[in-house]
Amino acid sequence: MSLLELEDVTISFGGLTAVEGASFSVNPGEVFALVGPNGAGKSTIFNLVSRYCTPSEGDIRFEGKSILGCAPHDIPRLGIARTFQNIELFEHATVLQNLLIGRHTHRRSNAISEILHLPGVRVEERRHRLAAEKVIDFLDLQPYRENLIMGLPYGVRKIVELGRALAVEPKLLLLDEPASGLSAEETDDVAFWIEDIRKVMGITVLMVEHDMGLVSSVSDRVLALADGKTLVIGTPQEVQRDPAVIEAYIGLGDDGVDE
Amino acid sequence: MRIVFKTSYDADIGLFAHRYQAFWYVLLLAVAVGLPFVMNDFWIGEFALMLIWAIAGMGLMILVGHAGQPSLGHAAFMAVGAYTNVILQTSLGWPFLVSFPLSGCAAALAGALLALPTARLHGIYLAIATLAVSILAEDGIVMLAPWTGGVSGIFAPDIQIFGVGFNRYVNAPGFYWLTLGVAVLVVLGYRNILRSPLGRSLVAVRDSEISAQAIGVNLAWTKAVSFALSCGVTGLAGALMGHFAGVFNHETFTIFLSITLLMMIVIGGLGSIHGAFLGAIVITFLPLVISIVREFLNERLGTASVMPPGIETAAFGAILIAFILLEPMGIYGRWVKIRTYFELFPFCRRDMFRRQRGYLRTERIR
Repeated sequence: MSLLELEDVTISFGGLTAVEGASFSVNPGEVFALVGPNGAGKSTIFNLVSRYCTPSEGDIRFEGKSILGCAPHDIPRLGIARTFQNIELFEHATVLQNLLIGRHTHRRSNAISEILHLPGVRVEERRHRLAAEKVIDFLDLQPYRENLIMGLPYGVRKIVELGRALAVEPKLLLLDEPASGLSAEETDDVAFWIEDIRKVMGITVLMVEHDMGLVSSVSDRVLALADGKTLVIGTPQEVQRDPAVIEAYIGLGDDGVDE
Repeated sequence: MRIVFKTSYDADIGLFAHRYQAFWYVLLLAVAVGLPFVMNDFWIGEFALMLIWAIAGMGLMILVGHAGQPSLGHAAFMAVGAYTNVILQTSLGWPFLVSFPLSGCAAALAGALLALPTARLHGIYLAIATLAVSILAEDGIVMLAPWTGGVSGIFAPDIQIFGVGFNRYVNAPGFYWLTLGVAVLVVLGYRNILRSPLGRSLVAVRDSEISAQAIGVNLAWTKAVSFALSCGVTGLAGALMGHFAGVFNHETFTIFLSITLLMMIVIGGLGSIHGAFLGAIVITFLPLVISIVREFLNERLGTASVMPPGIETAAFGAILIAFILLEPMGIYGRWVKIRTYFELFPFCRRDMFRRQRGYLRTERIR
């Protein structure tokens, strides 16, 4: 059974149809990439899955159940965590606090016991801290643990955001352009981490990425989109060779399709 | 230069960051408790007022400093606390120990009710909505004259706890210790919130609503909780303020009180418990400083009054503008910089506190 399933999903903003009849399914344990030129509807698909937008037609199912009845804050509870294209971290908090906020879905204590700081709260806090430290070790964030986000360079912020999504301990991880704005070395690190996230942690990854090098090195299947329409689904090599994809990216030459 | 060597997670979860810090706070508490033995009743009364301001400031700080929801309506919740407390004592004859917590609960309930319709408002729009509450509260007090005494006001009875009176004039140290006790309890509760998931979810709502949702924070619920906590604490401060003033009417809780509260925490430093106390010190003692300066000048120059009325408001305004321009993080922000300078001496650099350029945030989805 597929983990995430989109069936004929259509959404339009005013007269613009951002996504039109998108249907695909993400299998457990795979890395699935969405590619396409700007405005193709990749981030809109992410926002649909995160329930920031509601499709006008179609259904989105996670583990076989429709998530259209869920509010955005219910989504991580199901096991879906995400990052954002333009980093959305908590600027005035430290890296550690950002990761701990990521543990919110694992909160067991209530407001009253927290105000009184009952012993159970402390036990919980240690547990959250241990999970956050595991993420810090995994992403090599030790030097920045106590730093405020607002003082950190872009590349580190990007990784902290990945870490915050991992702290949720999701089943499905949505990465919105994990390598945008990163240097070649940092992009290699990201590729390495995505491999580990899939193999060691067993987390399924759905990502939007423009860097075709990264896409072809880590992803099992790729979905190409253009103008809200699905062009082709296949392995990275198949998609890169597909005439419709080439046309969407670089247009048709005088004598038809040719690289 | 001091290096704190942490050996367990509990070092970060604990009430104090390290033992030196615990030492200074315990010392501060000891000085605060011992204050009535070295000062006369007038100054003790002023310190009690400062603590009441600080409690109200902490209430507002939860909402503005940590949950990021500006409110110009907190005078209304002070009024709810003050009136509930007095009415329960006079009409129903309940003791202070019962009416005081209930006054906080009443204000918390009022705050949660306000949060329901305003949960979708941001920034300036929320400030305007709460401003309306502040204005409505004044009229509400007048309209509910059978209970509130309306324009003629209402007398706060003396606080009696197990037969001991805590009148502000008769037993000034007692009243001071009472407010100190409440203030310490509020600080402890506040500190516990900050080191728990609740406090972190407030920070999440403040810094980025969209990613707060993406990690499972229920926005409407969290805002309602922050309003309830904030208004509840402010209500407690209102109840104490009622006893401090002795008699109060609708003019005690005007929009200017709301603005003063907000100004106080901005001057003190948003986002820290210290800020509420530092702001309270400024609000309480600035009028005293001004009157002392005025007397001094009158004596020297031999004139009746060299300072026009309204000088206090002007001074507050000038201070507020100066802080927003020169030190947006308030007195506490300045204190942190000075402390860091000495802790790192001589390695401190000017650029250490310079903000990095903020990156573009997603504004498309709200």
